[in-house]
Amino acid sequence: MIKFKINNRPVEIDVENEMPLLYAIRDELKMTGTKFGCGMGQCGACTVHIDGQAMRSCITPVSIVEGKSITTIEGLDPNNDHELQISWREYKVPQCGYCQAGQIMNAAAMLDQVPNPTDDQIDAYMQGNICRCGTYKRIKQAIKHAAALKAKA
Amino acid sequence: MMDKHFFNPSATSETNIENVSRRSFLKQLGLGSSAFVLATVVPGFGPAFAKELTPKQLAEQPALHKLNMFVSINPDNTTSIVCHRCEMGQGIRTSIPQIIADELEADWDLVEVIQGQADKRYGAQGTAGSTSIRNQFTELRRIGAAARQMLEQAAADVWQVPVSEVAALNHKVSHKPSGTSLSFGELAESASKLEAPKAELIKLKDNAKFNFIGKEVRLFDHDKIVAGEAIYAQDIQLPNMLIASIQRPPVVGGKVVSFDASDALKVKGVVKVVKLKERNLPVMVNPLSGVAVLATNTWAAHEGKKRLKITWDDGPNSIHDTDKYVDELKQKVNTKGQVERQIGDVYAHKYTPERTLEATYSIPYQNHSPMETPAATAWVQGSGDTLSCQIWAGTQNPQWAQGLVAGELGLPQDQVDKVELNITLMGGAFGRKSKSDFILEAVELSQSVGKPVKVVWSREDDIQHGFYHSVSANFMKAELTDDNSADYWIQRVAYPPIGWIFDGRQDRPNNRDLSVGFGDTPFAVKNMSLETQSISTHVRTGWVRSVACMNNGFALGCFVDELADKAGITTAQMWMNLLGNDRHINPKQEGGFDYTNYGHGYDTHPVDTARMKKTIEHLIKHSGADEQTPANEGWGISFFRSFGSYVAAATKVKVENHKVNVLEMHSAIDCGIAVTPDRVKSQMEGAMVFGLSIALMSEITVKNGKVMQSNFHDNVVTRMHQSPPMEVHIVESTEPPGGVGEPGVPPIIPSIVNAIFHASGKRIRELPVNKVMSV
Repeated sequence: MIKFKINNRPVEIDVENEMPLLYAIRDELKMTGTKFGCGMGQCGACTVHIDGQAMRSCITPVSIVEGKSITTIEGLDPNNDHELQISWREYKVPQCGYCQAGQIMNAAAMLDQVPNPTDDQIDAYMQGNICRCGTYKRIKQAIKHAAALKAKA
Repeated sequence: MMDKHFFNPSATSETNIENVSRRSFLKQLGLGSSAFVLATVVPGFGPAFAKELTPKQLAEQPALHKLNMFVSINPDNTTSIVCHRCEMGQGIRTSIPQIIADELEADWDLVEVIQGQADKRYGAQGTAGSTSIRNQFTELRRIGAAARQMLEQAAADVWQVPVSEVAALNHKVSHKPSGTSLSFGELAESASKLEAPKAELIKLKDNAKFNFIGKEVRLFDHDKIVAGEAIYAQDIQLPNMLIASIQRPPVVGGKVVSFDASDALKVKGVVKVVKLKERNLPVMVNPLSGVAVLATNTWAAHEGKKRLKITWDDGPNSIHDTDKYVDELKQKVNTKGQVERQIGDVYAHKYTPERTLEATYSIPYQNHSPMETPAATAWVQGSGDTLSCQIWAGTQNPQWAQGLVAGELGLPQDQVDKVELNITLMGGAFGRKSKSDFILEAVELSQSVGKPVKVVWSREDDIQHGFYHSVSANFMKAELTDDNSADYWIQRVAYPPIGWIFDGRQDRPNNRDLSVGFGDTPFAVKNMSLETQSISTHVRTGWVRSVACMNNGFALGCFVDELADKAGITTAQMWMNLLGNDRHINPKQEGGFDYTNYGHGYDTHPVDTARMKKTIEHLIKHSGADEQTPANEGWGISFFRSFGSYVAAATKVKVENHKVNVLEMHSAIDCGIAVTPDRVKSQMEGAMVFGLSIALMSEITVKNGKVMQSNFHDNVVTRMHQSPPMEVHIVESTEPPGGVGEPGVPPIIPSIVNAIFHASGKRIRELPVNKVMSV
């Protein structure tokens, strides 16, 4: 049994220790907001927060999160109104939308560390997250807008 | 077969619109005729379990009064509009309701979208070739107008006044003389009992009165996407479902000689290992066969697959080696080929070497690599007369998939409705999900194990078993005239044609393939020869965003730039010189080429050189691409008309120490009426990023018949730090809509490569750029 918290809810699951956290979340906990993209930490679609840090859940064995606190896109904000979610809607960022949970989770962790990022800082933090539809321009705009909203809050 | 799905316009504007609530819809549901048509599809996405609902449960669903196949109105005034095409990020689930709602005179805040499932009554549903709007714009308007006229008739009947005295606006019908009005919700029930207006009586509004078309509107699905609630094919979960991961033959046409599943079966969660049936050639869009590991969770399925020990017979395609193949393609296009379009005689002429230019261009295989790898869930139950099949998949081609599944299950084509195909959002597609191989895999496995089965592709599966954009070579030759245009023009192309997957005998592009950016070269040259060469095919080739316009647009766009450089004029000026006078081109009359014009007539979608020139001018004006740049910086431009739209692109780069840094990109598009301007912009932004990948870094290579790349570390695509600031400039137009998803890509690629030349003097003719420069 592996015990951890996900979006502030305590859970216990009986899976192999080596199972990547991604599949524990999707297949066992039936929370599908976190996506599979590559399975080797190359694309960032599976990004979740583990104790506040952005991590690639597809290469994180579930045993590592024993006792830790996980946040997924479903738990980022109780009303789905995190500054980034507001900004994503305002700038109409998504195209297919598949990578966007990972983009938002990665950006949320960045803003916690770098509240007012420059273009170069955004590039550096976000280059591990691939968007094949090519929404990068709007992601960058939305991150800056979210940073401004956070500063006002 | 695919032509039907890909290029032909769907129903013409003369199609009669039926009020299904009076006819087949009720019959299909087996409900009594006293019922109004009920909600059988839950609004929005999510598995549709309507068939499992009891009549009582159905009756408790909100009653939608269905005015036709696309429009239903609730008593509370909310209005559901069907999107019968498939969403892969292009925004079609907004654009189709937007067109219908405009003619309906609805209030956009009261409109919700319902996903239309595979059903031939919707007409063509294949979402490919940038066809949804350009082929169906008028028909969709007529659907909205027909529903509006039924509401107006219902109101006139209530008030006992002539229908000419009533008019719908903003979700109400008003009686002008008396000033009274009734809401759509109040009129819905009586309207749903009326006959739909006859085809010749449907009246469309004046374009000047559009409320939503061409305007900014709320987009559907974004709220769910940013909340992590949007459902894609990978997300489908059914009780007792098994997950399948498949090891497919590493070489196309390869077969399993023997396999040992004992280690795979030791993985906790693995339930069963199944050898898929062998398939005959041509490869079609069928599964590739192989060995499937079925498990209770995704990880166990993938782990089990890794532990399979399979001996393969690679078959004859193991001779394929892209290094040698590209050389063969290039050699072939450097000799005279089969003439497909001819004006005058290019071979009797004696060329002046100092005024003549020739060049050979090449693009490698490209994979679609959508962020969501292919996935499909199937549940086949019963047999014989009791057989049923439910599918959940992201597909670009619902009816084609439905027909193929029916064939797989041995159902006659008149029982295709026994296959219920539920369309999910697609996490990207770019042409990959036009093909149904992954759906057929799920059907085969579900039938084999008697349970719901979800087939999931790993990224390695996606990259190594794709339907690739064909590796190609294009040859160009022209002689400059004294006034810096050209009078002699030769183009040749060779690549493994997509038609090979349907007919193994096809060894060169046919006229439909050549209509995609080759046979319609729009230049006013007196002597022209456009030619093809043959080549054998060894991998699955397929439609990738912009199809053959990718390589044809690359060659044409670079060659015009090279000619401009040789002539000592700007590239924009060279385009103007070559395009010549304002005119409409018919490649049949000018050179005998049977051009398909993306399925359009010349009356609605002419090949119009005036629009080409205007789009280039718009680009230059808004991008500043005619500015002087520092020595190591440069602008490149290009232009291409495809899928009924006109697109010009400009890229500015800096090259230092053999490293390319893209500074800025622009594209200008004349797509006729831009229905959803924000989504036109987002598609063009996406096309710039897609083009950056192809130009600078993406490549699939093959050795001994096997794809050498496996994931994003070696099949590289554009990342945020490589994506520059970019702007899209829409050319205002009242012409009928053209395509949007694909036509952005072709001019982008040469604009990048031309910019590198102008910044560095380095002319690159073989992609990707990262073979010779860092990016």
